[in-house]
Amino acid sequence: MKSRTIKVDYLARVEGEGALLVKIKGEQVTDVKLKIFEPPRFFEAFLRGRKFDEAPDIAARICGICPIAYQMSACHAIEDAFGIKITGPIRDLRRLIYCGEWIESHALHVYLLHAPDFLGYEDAIRMAKNHPDEVKRGLRLKKAGNEIVRLLGGREIHPINVRVGGFYKTPVKRDFSALAEELKWARDTALATVRWVATFAFPDFDRDYEFVALRHPDEYPFNEGRLVSNQGLDIAVREYDQHFVEDHVAHSNALQSRLTERNSYFVGPLARYNLNFDKLSPLAQEAARSAGLGPVCRNPFQSIIVRSVEMVYACDEALRIIEHYEMPDKPAVNVEPRVGTGYGCTEAPRGICYHRYRIDDRGIIVDCKIVPPTSQNQKTIESDLRQFVQTNLLLPKDKLQWQCEQAIRNYDPCISCATHFLKLYIESE
Amino acid sequence: MALRKPKLAVWKFSSCDGCQLSLLDCEDELLAVADAVEIANFPEASRAVVKGPYDLSLVEGSITTPHDAERIHGIRRTSKFLVTIGACATAGGIQALRNFKDVKEFISIVYARPDYIETLKKSTPITDHVFVDFELRGCPINKYQLVEVLSAFLNGRKPNTPPHSVCVECKQRGTVCVMVAHGTPCLGPVTQVGCGALCPAYARGCYGCFGPKETPNTASLSAWWSGLGASERDLMRAFRGFNAYAEPFRRESEAHEK
Repeated sequence: MKSRTIKVDYLARVEGEGALLVKIKGEQVTDVKLKIFEPPRFFEAFLRGRKFDEAPDIAARICGICPIAYQMSACHAIEDAFGIKITGPIRDLRRLIYCGEWIESHALHVYLLHAPDFLGYEDAIRMAKNHPDEVKRGLRLKKAGNEIVRLLGGREIHPINVRVGGFYKTPVKRDFSALAEELKWARDTALATVRWVATFAFPDFDRDYEFVALRHPDEYPFNEGRLVSNQGLDIAVREYDQHFVEDHVAHSNALQSRLTERNSYFVGPLARYNLNFDKLSPLAQEAARSAGLGPVCRNPFQSIIVRSVEMVYACDEALRIIEHYEMPDKPAVNVEPRVGTGYGCTEAPRGICYHRYRIDDRGIIVDCKIVPPTSQNQKTIESDLRQFVQTNLLLPKDKLQWQCEQAIRNYDPCISCATHFLKLYIESE
Repeated sequence: MALRKPKLAVWKFSSCDGCQLSLLDCEDELLAVADAVEIANFPEASRAVVKGPYDLSLVEGSITTPHDAERIHGIRRTSKFLVTIGACATAGGIQALRNFKDVKEFISIVYARPDYIETLKKSTPITDHVFVDFELRGCPINKYQLVEVLSAFLNGRKPNTPPHSVCVECKQRGTVCVMVAHGTPCLGPVTQVGCGALCPAYARGCYGCFGPKETPNTASLSAWWSGLGASERDLMRAFRGFNAYAEPFRRESEAHEK
């Protein structure tokens, strides 16, 4: 019997190191393995014995692409342990810096990492030869997101201004005036991005996914809300460990998450959108409809449209926050450590990022657990590939391989943080 | 005949990807850089791979697995210049915290099946394994320093990255000393510049992400910290951060252990 292997030794345009192996026997896909060989770094081990106020800066180093997600989840978890609830302008500034990270990360993925797949280029630099205006505008959009993070955080990567309880220093209102003008441009460009990506050709593909995201009664989720799914999950963040487990499989340095009651699930922009469409701003909803999307989208290849819609929302929301901002009296609330366990879950650009910390009476971390988004999507990516390869067996091998890579990039996997993720092998026996 | 463009390669070892992202974060310079060089190997940005040898290799991350300890030699052999970027590649990074503990215990804390994990006892900088032409500091690196390094190597000159302390930059930007004026413990006096003296400008003490400056007097700074109420454990943790395994910081943290 004829068998084949699709093998990608080093997946490109993803953050981190991974590989994919697909085995095909005759007409059947027999095995799909997403290998994560990103070396383990042991954050949960060396956070033990550190002081609570070091956690946001240390956790940020898990991922250079979405450090804000790690800082925000760490802060919220530790504040939960201390019984602190942040409100008012500090809460708004946290949403604002998160808007910056979504815009920066989504623009990077949409323009530099994913669009080249749809247009048949190996990278954005080659794409820039024929599409210079698009690439330039993508870079400027990314820069606008980074400007928010830089203004509030001090720098784009591993910002230094976030702390448990708030910030070290908060800006005065006029600091935002130049940024607000650029964000108006960015919002228009995000709308143009939605129109542009909606013209791409999308493979006909969907599955009956369980989408998991935060849901908040009043807003599109960043830092707060309950964990909900389209299959009945509705829990508080502190109940996470009762519903989700991590498995350790031999082929991966990343732990794979699953729901205890069912199995694999899907986090990220598509999940957030499907569970929170009603909370998007009218402009973002309108942009989605004009791109032909309903309130639910199950085709992961169309996540590039959803990511663009989320950029519209993030620009809109950032402008709203800036307009209403008044500098708080103090940049942070008082933080008094106490014994306890705290839970935090926030919406990283790639999906929910869960943290749990147990802290002793001196404010020292006794143990902690960190679940990044990519490890939660890992099982779903493998299942997608199994179905995708099965239905596209007749494609020439190089084309099939490229589309498999593209199917993985749908999830904007961030492998460095999932280690505890990616090479593509398609093997036919 | 047109001149051949120099070939640039970017390599990743154990890291967070932030330093190589700095190249993509050069939004205003990226297309110009791509015009000046042939991006021959940069998996985070491109699926295209051009064979070596390479004129300039940027190496991110530290060596933590037996496979990576082999791989770096192959990269050195195909690279005319090899420049390490960031605290992981130049000092072992935050993951070098394992170097002070038993890595087996670390594995068992994080992974259900320790037998699936292959890792070295220590996280080490690239220079412990191969000759490095230049080390760019920072956690993360400063993107303008990265452009300076690219420009220097492509033009055959030495990069201009000052080795003095963060204090000098605080004075240059007119930041009031957080340690003198507010009693906030700060690693600025022993830490190399490059960040733009950010933390003091945001009213917090420097936490040393660019690593030790040349000839740092860490013992003296520790005494000042003690005067401000820092405990031995506080001092150990302060020096045991993103550049924990850089020699002067390692020695100082060990002096305060126990």
